[in-house]
This record gives sequence, structure tokens and C-alpha cells, in this order.
Amino acid sequence: MSEDPSIPSSSSSQMSEDDDRSPPLDLIDGPIPSSKSRNCSGVSGSGVGTSVENTVPYPDQVLENVLENVLCFLTSRRDRSSASLVCKSWYRAEALTRSELFIGNCYAVSPRRATARFTRVRAVTIKGKPRFADFNLMPANWGAHLAPWVSSMAKAYPWLEKLCLKRMSVTDDDLALLAESFAGFKELVLVCCDGFGTSGLAVVVSKCRQLRVLDLTETEVMDDDVDWICCFPESQTFLESLMFDCVECHINFEALEKLVARSPSLKKLRLNRHVSIGQLYRLMVRAPQLTHLGTGSFNLSEGMAQGDQELDYVSAFAACKSLVCLSGFREILLDYIPAIYPVCSNLTSLNLSYANITAEQLKPVISQCHKLQSFWVLDSICDEGLKAVATTCKELRELRVFPVNAQEDAEGPVSEVGLEAISEGCRKLRSILYFCQRMTNAAVIAMSKNCSELVVFRLCIMGRRRPDHVTGEPMDEGFGAIVMNCKKLTRLAVSGLLTDRAFSYIGKYGKLVRTLSVAFAGDSDLGLKYVLEGCHKLQKLEIRDSPFGDTALCSGLHHYYNMRFLWMSSCSLTRQGCWAIARELPRLVVEVMKSNEGEEEGDNFDTLYMYRSLEGPRDDIPQFVEILRPGI
Amino acid sequence: MGFDETELRLGLPGGGGGGVRDGDQVIVMRKRGFSETESDISTDTSTCVDLKLNLSSNSKEANSTGGKDGSAEKSKTNKEKNNNLDFPASDPAKPPAAKAQVVGWPPVRSFRKNMFTAVQKSTNDGESEQMNKGGNNNAVLVKVSMDGAPYLRKVDLKMYKSYPELSDALAKMFSSFTIGNCGSQGMKDFMNESKLMDVLNGSDYIPTYEDKDGDWMLVGDVPWEMFVESCKRLRIMKSKEAVGLAPRAMEKCKNRS
Repeated sequence: MSEDPSIPSSSSSQMSEDDDRSPPLDLIDGPIPSSKSRNCSGVSGSGVGTSVENTVPYPDQVLENVLENVLCFLTSRRDRSSASLVCKSWYRAEALTRSELFIGNCYAVSPRRATARFTRVRAVTIKGKPRFADFNLMPANWGAHLAPWVSSMAKAYPWLEKLCLKRMSVTDDDLALLAESFAGFKELVLVCCDGFGTSGLAVVVSKCRQLRVLDLTETEVMDDDVDWICCFPESQTFLESLMFDCVECHINFEALEKLVARSPSLKKLRLNRHVSIGQLYRLMVRAPQLTHLGTGSFNLSEGMAQGDQELDYVSAFAACKSLVCLSGFREILLDYIPAIYPVCSNLTSLNLSYANITAEQLKPVISQCHKLQSFWVLDSICDEGLKAVATTCKELRELRVFPVNAQEDAEGPVSEVGLEAISEGCRKLRSILYFCQRMTNAAVIAMSKNCSELVVFRLCIMGRRRPDHVTGEPMDEGFGAIVMNCKKLTRLAVSGLLTDRAFSYIGKYGKLVRTLSVAFAGDSDLGLKYVLEGCHKLQKLEIRDSPFGDTALCSGLHHYYNMRFLWMSSCSLTRQGCWAIARELPRLVVEVMKSNEGEEEGDNFDTLYMYRSLEGPRDDIPQFVEILRPGI
Repeated sequence: MGFDETELRLGLPGGGGGGVRDGDQVIVMRKRGFSETESDISTDTSTCVDLKLNLSSNSKEANSTGGKDGSAEKSKTNKEKNNNLDFPASDPAKPPAAKAQVVGWPPVRSFRKNMFTAVQKSTNDGESEQMNKGGNNNAVLVKVSMDGAPYLRKVDLKMYKSYPELSDALAKMFSSFTIGNCGSQGMKDFMNESKLMDVLNGSDYIPTYEDKDGDWMLVGDVPWEMFVESCKRLRIMKSKEAVGLAPRAMEKCKNRS
């Protein structure tokens, strides 16, 4: 349920699952671009088309030219998809004017097909593994390799400027090819990726001389002992955003300081935990124009005692008059918290989710954050801390409360009390992720009524199948109220003790729900059936450890082509049930896998992962994946 | 109401005192103190465990009989314990009672899960980070720079046992950059103590290192172990820049021996 930081920015809003607008059927039914060649400029009247149906002369060409000019302004994927379905000439015009390509599932379409249709793309986003891979529910080497995409794009889009990847496997070689192939490359955003190391980073930063953005978020980077910071060009850079807070390797601080000094456009800087507060000071002094800052450790460097180095941190923060987004605090030394007071009243986003602080320690900070819209925090602040948030942060749109102790049977410092307080105080709330050990239906119902703007509701009661701890009842009514009252809800994650009734509510009222996450819930096939039959907009469904079987699976046949994927692990499915789907829906790729390698082939499998695709079975499956493919 | 039945309760036979939440069996057992079990003693062994504790005056006897009976009692209790665990028969998806942490649950990413043990350590003990980097884990990481190369590398000197091994590794690391005369063999010759002066004039590149005193020395002029001890970083420099080094290196050697 944990997700990438959705600090509002152009790159990460593309990544956010909630923002997704995947076109329903165009990839399936849309025609492969015809073999007509076309005059690129499109300005001159005479087309070079040699198609058979080119019967209408000049006026059509004018229309197409006009169309292209108009379509340039169309940015929404959904709108573009609709435009492309009008007729062939609109299809062509749209294809030529699409400059941003979004691939929601890297296996739904091949690089060859995508680059053949869209020939003038400057920015590409690709998403790979399903989200449950983040929680070790999928063995490594499942797939989602960037390599075939990079090689196709290297030939098709030499002018590529921007690449955003989420949950993709990226190697150093891929990065080297990227750096070689795209002379004007400007932005690299890697979210939840892995497979490469500092060597790959080094090549990118040294060869991509136009680089503006290098954002690594929750991405694993291997320590190859390469000093990648040194590899930036010696001259002034175009850097606007450098985020490497997730990189666990030590960095060359002197080189970083010089880099910041020669990057006058730098607005966003997120440091990793190996940067001490003293070093942070030096960087802030050089870059008071920053709008987004990740503070690194916010602690002294090793071997230093407090008092060794008394820098004026308060002034450094005060000088950053444009600072609106603050994060980091990886190893926070509490004495230094007051340093951030000068910026609190301007902050729209604050991420304290690495800082194990109490309510008392939070209050002096949060009481100044009147403009805060996004707040990530640990449950160490307890219900009392959440009350303090509710008192001050009237503009809050997004809240995430993470557990310090992510275990099922731990003491829970936050509960329904905190949730209810938030619902009372933060009426504009749109997105919430809340980990707790105890919850009540009453609090959830209260939130459903107070926070009518909710788009994302993710509640994780950490003990599996826990009922309402006051009434002992299932949490059905609470979640039911959410789908009933929050009319804009598109993303939902459920937990606690839930019967099929909860799912009947979701199916009945969750008409806009696109993403649904279910774990240890439900009684029978009916539960899943309700959802598949009722949630017409459902795109992404991930289910684990719930008693849904083949009958339920079959009840979604009418809808699977409209979905991006379905994940079901440790449920009550059988191989036969999955085969039935594979036979009925030939354009669906039905993958079954075992989580433990080396188990014998048999009827058992752990996970079903299925998704629509234009390409049929992929050719890079690892040994533990089997694709159910009806015989030819 | 029905949830009482399905709720996993771990307790000894008769439902005495066990944890009321879905919990780990181990935890419940720990929480039961002896005082609890003592007070439950009665003649009805099906409802409690008689541990035959040392309560009567015939202590020795009690203990010895307790030993035999106790184990029988224990195995009986274990069985009963298992039977009493309320497996919800209707729902096969529910996990068995004695469960380890379930994979991927709660859905918190591993970097968050692991983070706090690390942080707690470092806030409790400011030295721990230091130790990790320095002496504790036996790695001797030194930076290696080569004149003209675009970036630095790092090597762990503990990974090698001799100069030839190190020279192989360096050659591989910097093989993409033209080393000129100083190929792998050249480096090896160079690091061969006896050939030191012979080779010095021949190669384009010379491996040097900064020692603990801050002096720049030629690599290969001291025994390997001493080198690992004293080397702070390596620099592969162009030979013309290393001109002044050789005499000093020789002198230092003389002073040491």
C-alpha cells in the first residue's frame, strides 16, 4: 500500500497511480498504422499517401493540417485516445502530434509497435512490475526489462528528452545506451526501479550534457564504488532537479558542493542520508533559491559532537524564501528541529516519515504549517500528534501515516481517534494512507462524511482480519460508507475483518473506483463477483490471501479487456479456472507463478497475474513463470 | 458475536487466560507467569496444567514424580492446546495459528521496515556508523584516481593479497582508458619491489599512494601488508609528475629498515 511520494510536480504526477487515465480499448481495437507514408511537415497540400482509399483530395488535407495544429494542444491521454478513434485521418494526425507516450504496462504493447505508431515522441513513461512486487510477493527477475525499450527508442526517437520509469528493471548498459543515444536528453525519473548501480548514473550524468532532471525515488542503486557526482560536466549545468535521497552509497561531498555552486537553475535537491547537517548547511548557503529540499540525515557527521560546529542553521533556512517542500530527516537530531521554523509557514509539503518523533516534538513545527497540503509522518506522533495536525492544517489534501513498527502484533500508537480528528479538522482531504492497529467503523464513517473530496482512501489495519475493536463487528460498514459518501473515490485499499457485504457495497457504490487493493478479506466467491460486476471503471485489481475462486474469476470475463491487470495471490484459484480465462480471452496474457522456486509442477500455484496485451506471451519469462496459452 | 468463535485464541485447555487477539503463540506463552499456573491448580487436569511445582513438603518426591508426569501432562496439554485452537473450518484461506510473519504484510516497503533498527542503533550509539565504516568489517576502502580518467573508483585493499592481484584489478578497472606503456605487465613489474627503479623510467603511468603521513609514495616499495595498513588512497599518475617521488620513496624505505 506504500507508494511513491506524490509531491505535486509534473514528473511524479504522471507516475501516480491515482492520476492514471489509461485509454480503454484503443490499443486493442485501434488499427496498426497503415503503410501510407506521409509528408512530415504536412503543410503542403499534396499528400504522399498511396493508400487505396485516398479518394477525397485537397479539402481532406486541409482538415488534416488543421487537425494536427489543434491536436497539439490536446494533452490528456484519454482525449487523445478518443480523437484517434474518430477515423483514420484523425488517427494519423493524433499519432503524429503525440509527443508524450504513456505505457501503463510494458508488456501490453511492444516497443516496435509503439514507436511505429507514434513517431514524434519526446517524452516516454513506462511502468513495469505490478505493485505487489514491492512487498516481496514476486521473485526477482520477473521481467519488466528496459532494454528492448531503450534499443527501439534509440532508433525511433533520437531527439528523446524525457524518460520516466516505474518498477522497471534497468541495467547499467541500458543507461549507457540511453546516454549514448539521446543527445538532447533532459529528464530521467526512476521510481521504484532497480538493477543498476552508480556506474550507470556516472555514464548518464557525464554524457547527457543537457540534463535538467535526475530524480531517483525509492529506487535501489548498487554501490559500484563509482563517484558519479564527479562525473557531471565541469562547466555550468542545466540542473533543475537532483533527487538521490534513496541512494544508499556515500557520495563525494566536495564534488557535490561544487556541482551545486555551478547549477544556477537548481530548484529541487534531495540529499541522501550520508549528507550531514553541516554539509547541508554549506549547500543551502549556495542554493537559497531551492523550492524542494531533502535534508539528508539532519544529523552531525560521525565523530562530531554537538558544539564542535555551531552553524547558523536557522539563517540558512530563513534564506530559502522559496522553499515549499521539505523532506529528509533521515537520522534526525531533535535539537536541530527549530532550524526549520522559518520555512514552516510557507510549506505546502512536509515529509517527516523518517523521523521518529513524538507529538510534543511535532507540535512546535506543525502549529506553524498553515499552508500544508501534503504531510507524510510516522505513527510515533500518536493520536495526539494527529490532533495537532487537524488543528492547524486546514488545507491538507494528502496525509500518509507510516508505522514505526511494521508488525502485526505491535502496540499501535495511532487509532480511530487520530483518524476521526483528522476528518474533523482537514475537510479538504483528498488522499489518505493510514497504518494502524485498531480502528472502528464509526471513525471511518465519520471520515466518509467529513471528507467528501476523498479520491484515495487506503486504510491498513495491520493485524489481519481485525474487527472493529469497539463493537467487534466487521469493518464492512466503514468501507461501505466510504464508497457511498465519497463520490469522487477512484482508489481504495481495504483491510480488517471484511465479509462479502463489504464487497457488495464496493460493487454497488464504487462506480468510479479504478484501483482496488484487497488482502485477507471476504468470505466467498460472491465478494469478488460483486466487485467485478459492479465496478465498471475498475482498471487495477490486486488481491492476496482471500477466498475467491474460479467462479468468481469467471464473473469478470466481460471486463478484463478493460483492465490494466488483475493480480491474485494465495487465493482459491485453480489452474483450470485460469485456463478457462485464457481460452475465452485470447488477448489476455495469463501468467501463473510460484513464489518458491523449485517446487514441483502441479496444480498448485501461488499467483495469477493477467493483463491485456497486443503482443501475446512475452518471450522473457523466467523459470518460475508459466503463461497459459491456448493451443494453436 | 460469531467472531468470538472464529477468533484465534491461544490459551491452554479450558480457555484460561490466553491472548484475546490474533497473536503469536510464543508471545502468549511468555506472558503467562508461574503465578497464573499455580493458582489454576485443581484436580481437573483437563482444564488446567498441573506443573507439579514444588509446593508440597515432600519436595523431592514431588519433583521426581513431577518430572515424569509433567512431561506426560505436557504432551497431553499440547494436544489439547492444538485442538482448542479454533480453526475456522469454513474458511480455508485463513492461516494456521502458529505463524511467522507473513510475507509482504503489512504492506510496508522493506527500506522502511529495516530503517528503524538502523536508525535506532545510530541514535543510541553514535559510534556505530563509524565502526561500520572503519575497522569493524575489515574493508579497507581507498579511492583510486587516474590522471585523465573521468571519475574515481574505489577498491577494497583487503580483497587482494599481493601487489600483482591489485595491479590486475586496477588494470581491469581502468582498462577503458589508454594506459599506454603501463599495461598489466608493466604494472606488475612496477610493483615488483626489485624491479622498481628499472621500470620507473619506462612507463607512462605510475601507481602512487598517499600514506598515513600524507606523503606520496610509489606503490610497491613496501611489503604488501605494510602497504595495506598505511595506504590512504591511490593515484595513478603520469610518469612525468612522479619524478620527485622515487628518491623519497627510497629514503623512506631506508629509514624504515
